[in-house]
Amino acid sequence: MNLLNIDNLHASIGEEKILNGFSLKINSGETHAIMGPNGSGKSTLSYVLSGKDDYNVAQGKIFLKNKNIIDLSADERAKLGLFLAFQYPIELPGVTGMTFLRTIINSSRIAKDLPELEGIELVKIIREKAAKLEISQDMLKRFVNVGFSGGEKKRFEILQMSLLDPSIAVLDETDSGLDVDALRTVGNGVTNLKNKDKGMLVITHYQRLLDHIVPDFVHIMVNGKILESGGPELAKVVEKEGYKRFIDAD
Amino acid sequence: MPIQEETIEKVNLATSKYKYGFSTDLEVDKAPKGLNEDIIKLISSKKDEPEWMLKWRLKAFEIWKKMEEPDWAKVNYPKIDYQDIYYYSAPKNTEKLKSLDEVDPELLKTYEKLGIPLKEQEVLAGVAVDAVFDSVSVVTTFRKQLEEKGVIFCPISEAIKSHPDLIKKYIGSVVPQHDNYFSALNSAVFTDGSFVFIPKGVRCPMELSTYFRINEKNTGQFERTLIVADDDSYVSYLEGCTAPQRDENQLHAAVVELVAYRNAEIKYSTVQNWYPGDENGKGGIFNFVTKRGSCLGDDSKISWTQVETGSAVTWKYPSCILHGKNSVGEFYSVAITNNFQQADTGTKMIHLGENSKSTIISKGISAGKSQNTYRGKVLMQPGAKNARNYTQCDSLLIGDQCGAHTVPYITSKNPTSNIEHEATTSKISEDQLFYCLSRGLSEEEAVSLIVNGFCKEVMKELPMEFSVEAQKLIGISLEGSVG
Repeated sequence: MNLLNIDNLHASIGEEKILNGFSLKINSGETHAIMGPNGSGKSTLSYVLSGKDDYNVAQGKIFLKNKNIIDLSADERAKLGLFLAFQYPIELPGVTGMTFLRTIINSSRIAKDLPELEGIELVKIIREKAAKLEISQDMLKRFVNVGFSGGEKKRFEILQMSLLDPSIAVLDETDSGLDVDALRTVGNGVTNLKNKDKGMLVITHYQRLLDHIVPDFVHIMVNGKILESGGPELAKVVEKEGYKRFIDAD
Repeated sequence: MPIQEETIEKVNLATSKYKYGFSTDLEVDKAPKGLNEDIIKLISSKKDEPEWMLKWRLKAFEIWKKMEEPDWAKVNYPKIDYQDIYYYSAPKNTEKLKSLDEVDPELLKTYEKLGIPLKEQEVLAGVAVDAVFDSVSVVTTFRKQLEEKGVIFCPISEAIKSHPDLIKKYIGSVVPQHDNYFSALNSAVFTDGSFVFIPKGVRCPMELSTYFRINEKNTGQFERTLIVADDDSYVSYLEGCTAPQRDENQLHAAVVELVAYRNAEIKYSTVQNWYPGDENGKGGIFNFVTKRGSCLGDDSKISWTQVETGSAVTWKYPSCILHGKNSVGEFYSVAITNNFQQADTGTKMIHLGENSKSTIISKGISAGKSQNTYRGKVLMQPGAKNARNYTQCDSLLIGDQCGAHTVPYITSKNPTSNIEHEATTSKISEDQLFYCLSRGLSEEEAVSLIVNGFCKEVMKELPMEFSVEAQKLIGISLEGSVG
């Protein structure tokens, strides 16, 4: 089943055009990686997909499970099953991790017509999934992302992803700011969430994340569109030769 | 739909419908508009008051006539015509009611809409409710149980007759008639309120609670509450307010006096949700309240907790006079303003006793085009050796058209006291909102989550019965503040 279909997307911020006819299809069970040099529009792609307001989408459509979501707000997209793991997760002073998770879980359950979860039941689910990502209970008592290390921030993103159970997860530079051990934890955490019903879009600069989250397809993005697509081997080419040959080809 | 129309519609949907904007069709008995000696005499005689009470009222009226309305607060409102207000209105059916069954069903329905079914409260919550409807206390529950402990909890109009010595001794003892313009006005025309007396050594077996309502058009509401806690006693008192929607501004000038003797503790919690006016600043309550507690005895403690979300204009400074050695004053406040609301609120901690201690935690949230001011006074008198104060004053802004102001007045007249003041101002950022939205929360859920996090230190001071209601209220009062 087709989960995400991005069709000829053009987007700009202010006067600057960032996406120039970007197209991509992701079917259930597939993991796609997008690689590209700085400034190629990777992060913009993730923001435009998730519905951030700052961008002007001039042209193009985004289908999530065959529904065009281009006019939907960020929360409506999330409720339909789209998730973005942020490159730079945002601090929420005053809001503890536990409160935040409880709120987003129940809000998503209401959207799915499921009964809200209360008390012990909810805490149990959260703790269980947190443990898998080596997130301590103490960390859940702290304010969301406030004073978190790079690794803690990324693990907390993946925890949210595992609890919300999205159809399509977009991971924006999830490897940035991670040391080798944290990279493994996060990589394994994400890999464990893969299944035949889900799709993933991994946006990264480096090949190293793809050792842990092995993609089915790799796309090279330059100047706001995909220049070349291939299998995992394409990532190795980038690793070896850099982006120069793609940029020159453009 | 054109964007503009769509926006208007969205805003209407989000900000409309003050949840409690309905009014009850009750038969009302009221005096003519305006304020003069005859009206005061009428109020006094309607209440069947003794002569000394009438004299006290008339003295207050004499004082009031010579006073000027204060204008130092950071609030703007049209001049109030005090001769254009009704000072007495009571539901007609005021013969003594023995049980809730005798209460006007219309009135009970109103309470139900407010989510405070008296019957349920009586049975379930273990809360004694003294319901003030406009000016007359209609029914008081749980009186018996309290009487067994020697606790007096009754309408103040009744206490004036049944416990005249107590009333004579304490009324005006903390907030004198001449204290300020609104206290003088209240002293002259107050119609009802609550009286609580906790005898020596008694821990009040339940939270005492009053829900106030303003209902009759153009009726000023002037409650008078007096709570006295004798040595080694404890009481927790909850005051909650919601008012039906009216277009005209309504005046509310209450006086609350607390007296705590040796080792006594009074915890006074308020959720204030008077009608704030519509999204264009039309209508709403003027809330000019004088609340003050006196920690008379050593080791006594008075704690004010307030969640202020309503009223068009708020002028309110619940205070503590710390006479006793080791006495403790606390003020925990959340004040939320949206649309065109204006709040000038804070506290006064007056330290007289040795080792007296006070804590002030104030959280101000401004949205829309509102103005939110914290005004707080900390005064260490010469005798207040080793007294301590800690003040934390945080402001949160939503949007870029509102204002937050902090005005501390700090004076120390002795070398051993210790005063700390911390203040922060922050803003809910677009990035924070987007982060929450990307997790599926609506803008309103996101704001409510962030604001509740911001207020947590205060919210946890609220009694359980109130905290859920208060959290919901924060969400409701900020509806339409973003987007």
